[in-house]
Amino acid sequence: MIQRLSELKQTALLELDAVKDPSNLESWRVRYLGRKSELTNMLRGLAELPIEERKTAGALANRIKGELESVLETKTEALKTISQQQNMRADESAAAQGDITLPGRPIPTGRLHPISETFNEIADIFISLGFQVVESNDVELDYYNFEALNIPAEHPARDDMSTFWIDYENERGERQMLLRTHTTNVTARNIATMKPPIRVIEPGRVYRYEATDATHLTMFHQVDGLAVDKNITMADLKGVFYDFARRFYGEGRRVRFRPDYFPFVEPGVEVAVECAICHGNGCRLCGNSGWIELGGAGMVHPKVLERGGINPEEYTGFAFGFGIDRAPMLRYGIDDLRLFFGSDLRFLRQL
Amino acid sequence: MKVSLNWLKQYVDVKLPVAEIANRLTLAGIEVKSTNVIGANWEGVTVGKILEVNQHPNADRLHLVTLDLGSRLETVVCGAPNVAVGCKIAYAPIGTKMIDGHTGKVEVLKPAKIRGVASNGMCCSEKELGISENHEGIIILPADTTIGAALMDVLGDAIFNLEVTPNRPDCLGMIGLAREIAATTGSAFHLPDAAYPEADVPIAERVSVEIQDPDLCPRYCATLITGVKIGESPEWIKKKLISYGMRPINNIVDITNFVMLEYGQPLHAFDYEKIQGKGIIVRRARSGEKITSLDGIERTLNRQMLVIADKERAVAVAGIMGGANSEVSDNTTSILLESASFKPACIHFTGRTLNMPSEACTRFERGISPEMTIPAIKRATQLMVELGGGQAAKGIIDVYPGKTERKSIKISVASAKRTMGVEYSLDQIVNSLTALGFECHADKANLSVTAKAPYWRSDINIPVDVIEEVARIQGYEQIPTTLLAQAIPMQKTAPLTALKRRARNIMVGYGFQELVSFSLTNMDVLVKLSPESKKPEPLPVHIANPASSEQEYLRPNLLAGLLVALTLNKAFIDEGLRLFELGKVYLNRNGELPDEPDMLCGVLCGPRAERWWQGASEPVEFFDAKGVVEGLLKQIGIVAKFEKSADENLHPLDQAAITVDGQQIGVVGELHPLVKEHFELTQPVYLFEINIPMLLPLIKDKVYHQIPKFPATMRDIALVVDSGVTHQQILDTIKGFSLVTDMALFDVYSGGQVPTGKKSMAYRLTFQYPDKTLTDQQINGVQQAIIKKLTTGLGATLRG
Ligand SMILES: [Zn+2]
Repeated sequence: MIQRLSELKQTALLELDAVKDPSNLESWRVRYLGRKSELTNMLRGLAELPIEERKTAGALANRIKGELESVLETKTEALKTISQQQNMRADESAAAQGDITLPGRPIPTGRLHPISETFNEIADIFISLGFQVVESNDVELDYYNFEALNIPAEHPARDDMSTFWIDYENERGERQMLLRTHTTNVTARNIATMKPPIRVIEPGRVYRYEATDATHLTMFHQVDGLAVDKNITMADLKGVFYDFARRFYGEGRRVRFRPDYFPFVEPGVEVAVECAICHGNGCRLCGNSGWIELGGAGMVHPKVLERGGINPEEYTGFAFGFGIDRAPMLRYGIDDLRLFFGSDLRFLRQL
Repeated sequence: MKVSLNWLKQYVDVKLPVAEIANRLTLAGIEVKSTNVIGANWEGVTVGKILEVNQHPNADRLHLVTLDLGSRLETVVCGAPNVAVGCKIAYAPIGTKMIDGHTGKVEVLKPAKIRGVASNGMCCSEKELGISENHEGIIILPADTTIGAALMDVLGDAIFNLEVTPNRPDCLGMIGLAREIAATTGSAFHLPDAAYPEADVPIAERVSVEIQDPDLCPRYCATLITGVKIGESPEWIKKKLISYGMRPINNIVDITNFVMLEYGQPLHAFDYEKIQGKGIIVRRARSGEKITSLDGIERTLNRQMLVIADKERAVAVAGIMGGANSEVSDNTTSILLESASFKPACIHFTGRTLNMPSEACTRFERGISPEMTIPAIKRATQLMVELGGGQAAKGIIDVYPGKTERKSIKISVASAKRTMGVEYSLDQIVNSLTALGFECHADKANLSVTAKAPYWRSDINIPVDVIEEVARIQGYEQIPTTLLAQAIPMQKTAPLTALKRRARNIMVGYGFQELVSFSLTNMDVLVKLSPESKKPEPLPVHIANPASSEQEYLRPNLLAGLLVALTLNKAFIDEGLRLFELGKVYLNRNGELPDEPDMLCGVLCGPRAERWWQGASEPVEFFDAKGVVEGLLKQIGIVAKFEKSADENLHPLDQAAITVDGQQIGVVGELHPLVKEHFELTQPVYLFEINIPMLLPLIKDKVYHQIPKFPATMRDIALVVDSGVTHQQILDTIKGFSLVTDMALFDVYSGGQVPTGKKSMAYRLTFQYPDKTLTDQQINGVQQAIIKKLTTGLGATLRG
């Protein structure tokens, strides 16, 4: 009998757990605690048992009865609370009916422009390498944009950088103000004003008089950089680019240096990063070369240092410059540069 | 520049695959942008000889052509007008990939019956084989071509489209490029033989040369070739000119062009008979001097330009173009050939001023070495003798006032390492330089090399130039990657850059979309900002040579761009738009560099938030814009005041100047309704503009105040004041009471029981003292004093 009693308790509790609807509680009560329930019958039948057994079984049966009654009470309370809450919710918003898939209260969401994001990302990498950000004017003197950088008036390099001139002539009838064609003007200014050691990056807008199409605009963005110190070498320049490419474009991207010519550096290099699409095997994006041209760089020309008052016998330095608008184009698969500056929210909200 | 590999191979014995040659050139600094392999699909295409031509039985214009292909005979159907027995032609068998002469598409040649007769392959035109656009007739090969030879070996070529940097004028010629290939691949290089027989008469007896302006003309060489017969050039010259993209003219002109492409040295041929007084004078042009150039256009010259003149008149604009008055014509018999060196800046100026870009101009302005004049003139004279049937006068006139000694430049293992970060051995240095034609003297004891650049290199002037040459030949892939080892320099603080970034992030947090728009704008847009459509004062910075009328001025504000953006995104206004831009504006300072402050401009339009299923938001109003400004400034650490303002593009009643310590840092308000209309907007637009650099000195350092240990007491007061009294006035009045730590406005009300002309303003005052609890009595005392001050100062009364 004792064993039967504990079995009975087990089943009763399990069944009660399963009850979710308050209306089913009554039938459970009748089954386990009612007048015709097995427990009640057992209590009635105690009298027929031997005295020793009667004592133990009686105590157990009564304890179980008490336990079941108290559990039933708790359960009844709990189900009542839930059903009350449900009723309250239903009152609040009859239509919602607890549909948690309905949209939340909208809050206006803002986004940084992809060009700002790219600037931030680039700046952070260089800042972590000990560079600091220096900005300067978009409208520049011929001297800092060209002359100070070994590009005198008749230099053919000027032909590659068709220039917008400001409509103002000095007493001699010369135009001296222009829209900078590269952020290297800041390099020229920094060489003239800073003392080594120097480590700066110079982001900004630049302008070229070019026919506009999907990948060429009259305005775009560049970052130039400059490091001048004792014993700076081309290997350091390569190291900086290697680290930058790894962090900006992704692990394992190779960097290629090949000789190129920029009047303000010697030797000059063109820097390219391995194409992300084909990993150097050549595809449509990289014009089958396997490389994406990143920008120009080199060791600062001794004359440029000298002109800025830095002794090239004592100091060496490297300078670099690259356009940044291409980076988000490649990253997001954008084929038209004009979208960035067109203010079309159907575009900007995707990024 | 388009360069034929076949042509290059006349000077360099390079055996590497085409792609490898392109790669070596690129890695040496001459970028091969693309390569067009002529004959890539020519597998199986061979040389055949036409044995028989018979009429096609069913078509008048078609022929049945029997070909000898060396190992077998084939009969093909051919419709070309130029088939003839004995001709050598290009035969393509079935299965060859060819370009369809009509559609231009690549197709595989299939077996076909043409008008009932089977054609086993075909005779090809240049177009069908991808050589040129010529589809007039089939290719007729030279008579000595071997029958059965692969066409690839006869006509195959690779055309490199390459870019030569401005410092390497020597590489604007085949010989210079061949030298680079030889040096980078270790192949043998050889110059063409330029020897020719000379007549007995010394040239000096026939013509004289005088340089009057040696600063503009360091060297002038001339030869004379008499008895020349003008005619067509031989095929091999024509082909080479065409491969580069030049049009053949006649044998003499073609030779000058051919040699220019070969050596990089421009040449000019005069009709000797037309040179007055048989004397050449190199002099500055006279101011206003006129000359009709070869293209028939009369040019007006000035003192900065150089001319080649005879005793009477200018006969050429030096380095740019010859004159019509001395032009080689069909009747010319004697050629005065010029090979000279001109100052690059002069040629650059003249070419730009006269707007006459030319192949010669490009080479001169890049500063081709004066030493190139002699080799080039010898070669051209030789060809004129050989191909023009002429006789060369004895000797060469060589006036060379600008001769300079070639410099010896010393570099060392150490100096190369200082620049490149690579330790090249002395042998590596000497070998690289020697391969490039440098004369080297190695000093083994000091690990240094004294090098003299070859005569054709005009770009080697200082030690790093020489070091670069070593690095180029050794390969830039040898440069290791090292991290900057020096200590990080002391950083100057750049607070503006940081503040801009902060402000952008705050705006984004407030739900604003950032825009980046063009700095260049136009007057049409700027005028719209004025209710009366007036031009801005002062006029914005004007571009002298704008690319289009759309981009004529530098933007003096950001607002116009944002309003254009609102118009563009009109469809989204119902969702509520918040846009901002933070960037430079350009303020004209006539004659000085413009002021370029970074401005922050934001616009709000439409409802406060997107439509929601529990109901739509209210439309934005003035206080939304002001709230953004207050929040932004508070986060940055600035307390600003808002004062009445009179900005003319804002709503006259709904605008305020943002001021700090009496200095205006910006403006906030509603866009003037007329301006709104100019931009075709219907809903009100609220906006603010803040000058970011002006904020910098105003930012207050944040100081920690101990959190009060004793409880604060709140008291609500409702004041009735004249409707003209402002919140700011009430704040200022109470400011002096130190026990009041906060004062929050919670209601503004007029109408009802409030008399006309008055308004009720309700405040919750917070009373607190740092080191004790205030008693009711103390608070009552302060509160009464406050009310008294408000009553006497602002005429306020307590509301019922
Ligand atoms: Zn690729």
